Amino acid sequence: MSRHTLSVLVENKPGVLTRVAGLFARRAFNIHSLAVGPTEHEEISRITVVVDVDEHPLEQVTKQLNKLVHVIKIVELDAESSVQRELLLVKVRADGASRSGVLEVVDLFRAHVVDVVPDSVVIEATGTSAKLTALLSALEPFGVREIVKSGTLAVGRGSRSITDRALDRVRSA
Amino acid sequence: MVQPNPTPAHVAARATRAADRAVPGEEVTGAEAIVRSLESVGAEVVFGIPGGAILPAYDPLMDSAKLRHILVRHEQGGGHAAQGYAHATGKVGVTMATSGPGATNLVTPLADAHMDSIPLVAITGQVGQALIGTDGFQEADIVGITMPVTKHSYLVTDPDEITRTIAEAFHIASTGRPGPVLVDIAKSAMQASTTFSWPQELALPGYHPVTKPHAKQIREAAKLLAVARRPVLYVGGGVVRSGASAALRRLVDLSGAAVVTTLMARGAVPDSHPQHLGMPGMHGTVPAVAALQKADLVVALGARFDDRVTGKLSSFAPHAAIVHADIDPAEIGKNRAVDVPIVGDLREVLGDLVPALEAEHAKVGRPDLAAWWHQLDTWRETYPLGFAPTGDGALAPQQVIARLGELAGPDAIFASGVGQHQMWAAQFIRYERPNTWLNSGGLGTMGFAVPAAMGAKVGEPDRPVWAIDGDGCFQMTNQELATCAINDIPIKVALINNSSLGMVRQWQTLFYDKRYSNTDLHTGQGTRRIPDFVKLADAYGCEGIRVEHERDVDAAIKRAQEIDDRPVVIDFNVSRDAMVWPMVASGVSNDDIQYARGISPAWDRED
Repeated sequence: MSRHTLSVLVENKPGVLTRVAGLFARRAFNIHSLAVGPTEHEEISRITVVVDVDEHPLEQVTKQLNKLVHVIKIVELDAESSVQRELLLVKVRADGASRSGVLEVVDLFRAHVVDVVPDSVVIEATGTSAKLTALLSALEPFGVREIVKSGTLAVGRGSRSITDRALDRVRSA
Repeated sequence: MVQPNPTPAHVAARATRAADRAVPGEEVTGAEAIVRSLESVGAEVVFGIPGGAILPAYDPLMDSAKLRHILVRHEQGGGHAAQGYAHATGKVGVTMATSGPGATNLVTPLADAHMDSIPLVAITGQVGQALIGTDGFQEADIVGITMPVTKHSYLVTDPDEITRTIAEAFHIASTGRPGPVLVDIAKSAMQASTTFSWPQELALPGYHPVTKPHAKQIREAAKLLAVARRPVLYVGGGVVRSGASAALRRLVDLSGAAVVTTLMARGAVPDSHPQHLGMPGMHGTVPAVAALQKADLVVALGARFDDRVTGKLSSFAPHAAIVHADIDPAEIGKNRAVDVPIVGDLREVLGDLVPALEAEHAKVGRPDLAAWWHQLDTWRETYPLGFAPTGDGALAPQQVIARLGELAGPDAIFASGVGQHQMWAAQFIRYERPNTWLNSGGLGTMGFAVPAAMGAKVGEPDRPVWAIDGDGCFQMTNQELATCAINDIPIKVALINNSSLGMVRQWQTLFYDKRYSNTDLHTGQGTRRIPDFVKLADAYGCEGIRVEHERDVDAAIKRAQEIDDRPVVIDFNVSRDAMVWPMVASGVSNDDIQYARGISPAWDRED
C-alpha cells in the first residue's frame, strides 16, 4: 500500500461530492483525506483526495472516477513535484503555569495563537502532515482538548495550471 | 444471415439529425416539455405507470401522436420491458414512474441495465421542490438511492432544464458503454411554464467516450493474432451492443481462431459457424472452457472477465497472452492483467483489426492452426453438450428447450429469467443472429423474462418472441401478462416448471447434502399446483396449455405458434432432478470443470 494524492477537477454541480465519495466506498477504495473547494473558475470545483492503494487499484480508482460524468480531469500529484499542505486548529489547555510552555511550542513550529481564554488557547498551524503530527505530539503533554484538521490540499510546482485545459473543455461543451 | 444492427449511438445520432424536429422556441409547461423532448429525441414507446408526482406529465402524454405509452402493472415490469425493447431493437428504452415507491420499484431494472450495459432512460416524478427533503408523502431520494446503479442521474427542479436534461440523458444512455440514466423531475417543475426548443446543446464537459482505437495497439493485437498457435476469441456482450457482429464475422473467418460467446453474447457469432465452440464459464461447454484454459492467446472483445466466466481468476487461461478490447477503459485490466489494451467501439476496433491482420498475414504468413483444431475437435467429439434422460419419467427440461429452439427457428427472440432454465436456454437453443437472446446476465434478476419479452415484442412486433421462464421467476413478474393481453402484445411463455427454485435446489443437491431448504414451490405435477398456471393464464386472458408428456411437446409449441391474438403460456411440467451440466463449481479453477456429475475431462491424455 502506498499513499497517492489525486487532484480531481469536477463540474461545480450539486451532488458531485456524493458521487465521488460513493464511488470510493462501493469500490472499496480507502480515502485517507478529502478536501473540496472552488477554483479560480466558478464552473469548476477541485477535490483533493488522498488514497491508500497499490499501484494497480490506483489505476482502477482513476478510471472509475473518469467514468463519472461530472469529473472533468484527474491529475496525480506526487510529493516531489507538488506542494502539499494541511490546516490544523487545535485547542490546548494553557493556564498561568503552562502558557509560556505552550507559546514556546507555537513559536518553534511557526504556528499562531488565534484565540485566548484564561485556561486555554486555540492554535492554527499549516504544514505537511508530518509537521502537524510533530506539533500535536509536542502539545500533547499540555492537554489537547479539541482537534480540527483539514484534508490535504495540493498544487503542482511550476507555472503550469491544470485547470486551464479543463476550462477549455467546460467552455466549449 | 447476420444482419448488422443499428447501435444506440447511431439511432440517437439519426434522431438528433432529424431536421423536421427543429423547434425554435415555444411556450409550454414543464410537463409538455417532457413529452416534446421524448418525441424529439426519437422515443417511440414508454413503458410506465402514473401516480401523484408524475401526473402532470401524463396529461400531455395522452395527446402525443408519436409516443405510445404502455400501461404496465408494476414499475419493475416497466423497467424490464424497456430493457427488452432496447435489447431487441438497439434503441434507447424508456420507462416512466412516479415518486417514492414508483421510483424505488425501478431500482432493480436500473441495476440490471447497469450491469448488462442496456441503454435505458427512466423518468420519475419527484415531489414538488418545496417538499424535497421534508419526508413528504411518496418522497424518496431516488437519485441518491440509484447512484451506484446508474450511468448517470439528474434531479431537475428548474423547468428550463428539462429539455436539455432529457437530451443529455438519451445521449449518455446510448453512447460509449450504454447504460441507464435516471431523470427525476420535481412536480413543481412540470407545472411551471418554460420554453421548449429543439435541438438542444448538450453541456457535458466531462463526458468523452473514446470510440476510435489506437492504431499502434491494433497493430500489436494483429501481430499476436498472426503468430498465435492456440488463439481464442472471447466474445462478450459488447459486440452485440456495438452492432459489430458482421465485423466480428470477418475477423473470425480471417483469423481461423476458435470463438466462444459469453452468456451476454449468444448470437454475436452464429452457433452454426464451424469455429464456434459455444459458451464459456460456469455452465459453458467443455470445448469452450478448455480452449480458454489451453489458449496461448485470448482476444477479449467487449467482455469483462466476469467471475462466472473465469472461475478462479488466478488459474484462468494461465498460458495466454491477453488482448482486451472494450469501450470502457475501466474494464481493461480490472480483473486480468492485459498485454495489449484497446479502448474503442468494437465496430471500429474490428473494422481496423481485420485489415491489420491481413497486413500481418501478408508479412509473416498465416499461422498453422491444424494441431489446435485437431485438439479442439477432439474435445468437441468427446464432450458434446448433452443431457441424461430423467429418472422420474417427467419431461427433460433440456429436451423441451431444444425442441422449442428448433421449432421457433432463428428468427425468434428468446427472453429468459434466471436459473437452470436460463442456462439450458443459453446452451440448447442455437442462436444465429445477435439481439435474439435477452437475459439478465450480470445482476441475475429473476422475473426478467415476461416483461423483457413484452418489451421485445413491442419493438419487434413481426418476430415471434418467447419468454423462457421458470416457475419461480414467473411468479415474480407474471402480472405483466395483463399488460400483454390488453395491449395486443402476443408473447409466448414457455414455463419450465420443475416445481422448485431449480438452480438453488441443484446447489443443495451438490453442496448441501440434498437438504432442500425452502426451494419447493408446489407448482408442478403431483402437487397442489398453487398457482395453477393454466388457470392463471386463463384469468389473464391468455391461452394456457399444460404439457406433461414428451409426446405432447411439439404439438403444444405448434399450437402456441398458431395463436397470435393473445399471449400463450405453456406449462411444461419437467423433472425437478434435472441438473445443468457441465459445471465449474463456484470459486474453483476452470480446469476442474465437470462434464457431468463426478466426470471430469482427462486433460493430460489429450495434451
